[in-house]
Amino acid sequence: MVPRILVLRAAGSNCDQETKFAFDFSGGLADLVHVNRLLSGQVKLQDYQILAIPGGFTYGDDISAGKILANELKYKLADALLEFHGAGKLIVGICNGFQVLVKAGLLPGVDFQAKQSITLTHNDSGKFEDRWVYLKINDSPCVFTRDMPERVYYPVAHAEGKFVPENTSVLESLKKNKQIVFQYSAADDSIIEYPFNPNGSVENIAGICDPTGRVLGIMPHPERHIDPTNNPLWTRNGLSKEGDGVAIFRNAIMYFR
Amino acid sequence: MITRIELATKPEFYDADGHSTMVGVRDLGIDSVEKVYSFQVTYLLGDIGEDDKILIAQNLLADAVTQDLAIDTNISFPESPDAWSVEITFNRGVTDLVAQTTLKGISDLGIEDVQNAKTARRYEFIGDLSESEKKRITEKLLMNKVVEHVLQPGSTVFFPALETQFKLVHIPILHADDDELQRISKSRDLFLNLEEMQTIQSHFKNLDREPTDIELEMLAQTWSEHCSHKTLTGLIEFNGERIDNLLKQTIFRITSELDLPWCVSVFKDNAGIIEFDDEFNVCFKVETHNHPSAMEPYGGANTGIGGVIRDPLGTGLGAKPIINTDIFCFGPTDMPHSELPKGVLHPKRVMQGVVAGVRDYGNRMGIPTSNGSIFFDERYLGNPLVYCGNVGLIPANKCEKTVVPGDYIIVVGGRTGRDGIHGATASSGELHTESEGTWSGAVQIGNPIVEKKIVDTLMQARDRDLYRAITDCGAGGLSSAIGELAETIGAEIELEKVPLKYRGLTYMEIWISEAQERMVIFVPPEKVGETLELFASEDVEATVIGRTTDDKKIRLRYNNQIVGELGMDFLHGGMPRIIRKAVWKAPQVEKSVFDDPGDLTPFLHKILSAPNVCSKEWVIRQYDHEVQAGSVLKPLVGEATDGPGDASITRPRLNSYRAVVLSNGLNPKYGLIDPYWMAASAIDEAIRNVIAVGGSLEETALLDNFCWGNTDKPDRLGSLVRAARACYDMAQVFGTPFISGKDSLNNEFKTEDGESIAIPPTLLISAISIMGDARKAVSMDLKQPGNLLYIIGLTKNEMGGSHYYEMHKACDPAVPTVDAESAVRIFAAVSEATGTGLVRACHDCSEGGIGIAIAEMAFAGGYGAEISLQKMPKTDDVIRNDISLFSESNSRFIVEVAPNAKIAFEEKMENIPFAAIGRVRDDKNLAVFGLDGNIIIEEKIENLKESWQKTLRWS
Repeated sequence: MVPRILVLRAAGSNCDQETKFAFDFSGGLADLVHVNRLLSGQVKLQDYQILAIPGGFTYGDDISAGKILANELKYKLADALLEFHGAGKLIVGICNGFQVLVKAGLLPGVDFQAKQSITLTHNDSGKFEDRWVYLKINDSPCVFTRDMPERVYYPVAHAEGKFVPENTSVLESLKKNKQIVFQYSAADDSIIEYPFNPNGSVENIAGICDPTGRVLGIMPHPERHIDPTNNPLWTRNGLSKEGDGVAIFRNAIMYFR
Repeated sequence: MITRIELATKPEFYDADGHSTMVGVRDLGIDSVEKVYSFQVTYLLGDIGEDDKILIAQNLLADAVTQDLAIDTNISFPESPDAWSVEITFNRGVTDLVAQTTLKGISDLGIEDVQNAKTARRYEFIGDLSESEKKRITEKLLMNKVVEHVLQPGSTVFFPALETQFKLVHIPILHADDDELQRISKSRDLFLNLEEMQTIQSHFKNLDREPTDIELEMLAQTWSEHCSHKTLTGLIEFNGERIDNLLKQTIFRITSELDLPWCVSVFKDNAGIIEFDDEFNVCFKVETHNHPSAMEPYGGANTGIGGVIRDPLGTGLGAKPIINTDIFCFGPTDMPHSELPKGVLHPKRVMQGVVAGVRDYGNRMGIPTSNGSIFFDERYLGNPLVYCGNVGLIPANKCEKTVVPGDYIIVVGGRTGRDGIHGATASSGELHTESEGTWSGAVQIGNPIVEKKIVDTLMQARDRDLYRAITDCGAGGLSSAIGELAETIGAEIELEKVPLKYRGLTYMEIWISEAQERMVIFVPPEKVGETLELFASEDVEATVIGRTTDDKKIRLRYNNQIVGELGMDFLHGGMPRIIRKAVWKAPQVEKSVFDDPGDLTPFLHKILSAPNVCSKEWVIRQYDHEVQAGSVLKPLVGEATDGPGDASITRPRLNSYRAVVLSNGLNPKYGLIDPYWMAASAIDEAIRNVIAVGGSLEETALLDNFCWGNTDKPDRLGSLVRAARACYDMAQVFGTPFISGKDSLNNEFKTEDGESIAIPPTLLISAISIMGDARKAVSMDLKQPGNLLYIIGLTKNEMGGSHYYEMHKACDPAVPTVDAESAVRIFAAVSEATGTGLVRACHDCSEGGIGIAIAEMAFAGGYGAEISLQKMPKTDDVIRNDISLFSESNSRFIVEVAPNAKIAFEEKMENIPFAAIGRVRDDKNLAVFGLDGNIIIEEKIENLKESWQKTLRWS
């Protein structure tokens, strides 16, 4: 079947249209849905197979990035989300969406009640930065990264993307469960520092999944590398067949085929 | 009851705000501070239970992992008892965005007892500070008194609303003599001259009544320079000849003479529209926000970009904003604080504030900022320039508005407050040392999320045909928006219906407030219900405030009482035309004589690190230039994505390779010698940037933005006349129409001694070009060792205003000229070559000439290069290495071509001046051989790159 994707909008979402395009381009059927329509019951989450929370500055990122939308999910939509995840469906949060998943209690595990044990906080540089980064893809249960190459090239654009676990045992458990999906890297295997790690993330962590592999949060933007002309190096290296971001969306679609 | 909740970064985590504050303290020359702690403070008004306070603090405000919190007390670090603590909050009436969001977050938690919220910032400084150092840190670094103040212990953060009683105010002018008329204009900040006041007086004599305050204000706003452009559309006596409407004689005229079929709507709507593809058009507008940015850089620039985004949004039936541009002019950022004139913010602080303002608005709106430039000169010290531009994408069948009587007038978006009263009239006056205090009402802080919500909902309303006409509220607020949109029919407004931020606004303030993020739409009666429902569904406020009429009058009521009534004919056509004098005399400039220094390597380094040439990466990275996912050529290009791109290329439709090319040209240094060639150079530069990235002249349009000094002074206006004439002459030969423009004519700063410092005449030319296939794009970085390097275009001995001469403190009366006929051939040939895939890299030669261009290409590509000046095409008077290398002659490119494309490429260049001058090398050195074959530059590219990057590598 062709899965349906709910791209969740709220005040200040701003990557919703390109996220919808990425899913549609990869063979899905995506709808842009304002959070108010979920809250009012006009749209039912259960009619969809994939929930995508796109990038942006929901509610201005006032207070902290993604916090207000996270609380809306946590306090008003928790039951529907638990049912959705329990039914074996997929959730992905990109950039602001990742911040929302972490602050709502959908990552590192889908448990709205647990105390937040990881966070995404202000970049070490103290400011918003837009730059392209290499990402190493680790072996993980994540369904979004199946059969992907070892390394991909995506842009980051954020002010609060520094991944921080509360303590080492949280970090160890992420490692043990193979939840660390993406790590910032160089173009090869060399040891990296800023700006390859653009924000000071602990252990260069750029994206994680829940233990089931069905919830993914990622700071860089795969939806901004769908077309080969998005790649800043294309005028040097030529045009590739497709952008590095396509595989993530296609994997999500193929999961339901 | 007031609850105070304080947050701070836990000691084991990195406090980014504290750290950047620390850097700022060092920048002030204060070295005794060892550490700075930063605290976020939230004040809540209401009877809140203890459990709820904890819930709010823990589950809404604090980050559980990285932050500590304290309720009704301060967080204390070990050094806190000895620290100097200072807390800063917003002034009364200034928008506090985070506080508004906090209220929503609290209600999401199910807590309903909180009536109001306010935020503050607290800092603790560890280290010995004198009282005067504390004062400097507070005033020069932590706050801007225009919008913020230090919170003293015991003072309140919540204020009761000011109540005002309705009272209809008439201004007695019927029997006023000339002195009295001028006094009224001045005391009410109307900025109306005597003749205009006399015209208004006789109009009301005929009506046999005194005007009300709102009528006078509306006339002042509509007739202001800002809204009416009365100088450039008036009569000008120029060197003995009379020019009737300069704009009509130059800029408008060439567009109508060219009469290009792809120009859809020019100089009549909020932005100029050109065709994009079969289904969509694009529109483009550039505005300035100079005076507000001088007073409060963050808010000024923030609302500058916010304002210009509403122009495409208010064009036709509404365009989707797709690209932002920004161009700034500042004073030197390394200026010692001691040399700063009184009443002027330090240029570095201005720049940091302006960049942050544009960043926070543009990024939150989700619009890529893909093109811009920054120019530094001492004369921008008291009067910086902030140009903001926006491109919109609009369906081809949504480009026209219809106004008919009987429609409902709906205001959409933000609420109206006392912010920005008198912006339109104030911007038409001169800045002076008292500006900070006297015009604080004109400064605002924008709310990008409200504007983003407007875009999201308006696009849906547009596509459902819910309204017939739209415009934005900009300068002059509702007065200007409705006055202009209903000009041909008339309108009746009920001012008490306008939603307000707080009570206490008078009917007059409601009408002329320039509160941000508001649009006005005219909705047919049968669609009002659906319209209001749509906006409500996404929490956007939309309110019916009146109807359109058919009596060609604007009628204003407040609680059913008429408070103002003006005929549209008088409002828009009654203004007396002004006559201004203009003179232009070429300045006396002697050509300097000095010897060629021989080794030019040090000069190459020096020019690369000059503020006007150096890398602007610190700025560019802070802007999101990837959002909307259509970026093809980014502002930073090359091997390490940090080289200077010539122009940006963006695909607005993700399923198509058709693209928009954006670039700009700006050469104030030439303007003081000859504004004609300054304008010509700016046009040539903007166009050649389009050509350099693979664009063509074919569907390229221009925008003009004139920022000048006070054009009441004949010399200032004379130089503008010359610049405008160059616009006509160049556009005619290039075949590039002007589609939109704007002028800002009072950019002068009055110092304490009463001296008036004018900015250099500054014409920004922005170019927009449609590219059929973005895959033909070319970037400027060198690609492959062994490839050939060519120079295209003629190098002339015209060093006036050049970087190289400036370095020698030398003068030359000859500034770069433009041979437009030849330039057209050059541009066409280069486009042919890029369009057929013959070009691997192309970079235009501009500031610093060939020397800078080849150095930038080399370090951006990560390859060395060697070039020889011997064969390059030049005029006979170019006989020195330094002139050859650093001349800034127009219409030139350096091009990289693969050896197997040599013959095909040279065939395309047949009829234009060009020469093969060198090759890309495998090593990492740049070598330049002079006219006699001797080496004049040899340097590692990494050293050149370091010189180029170090100047603005701010933390």
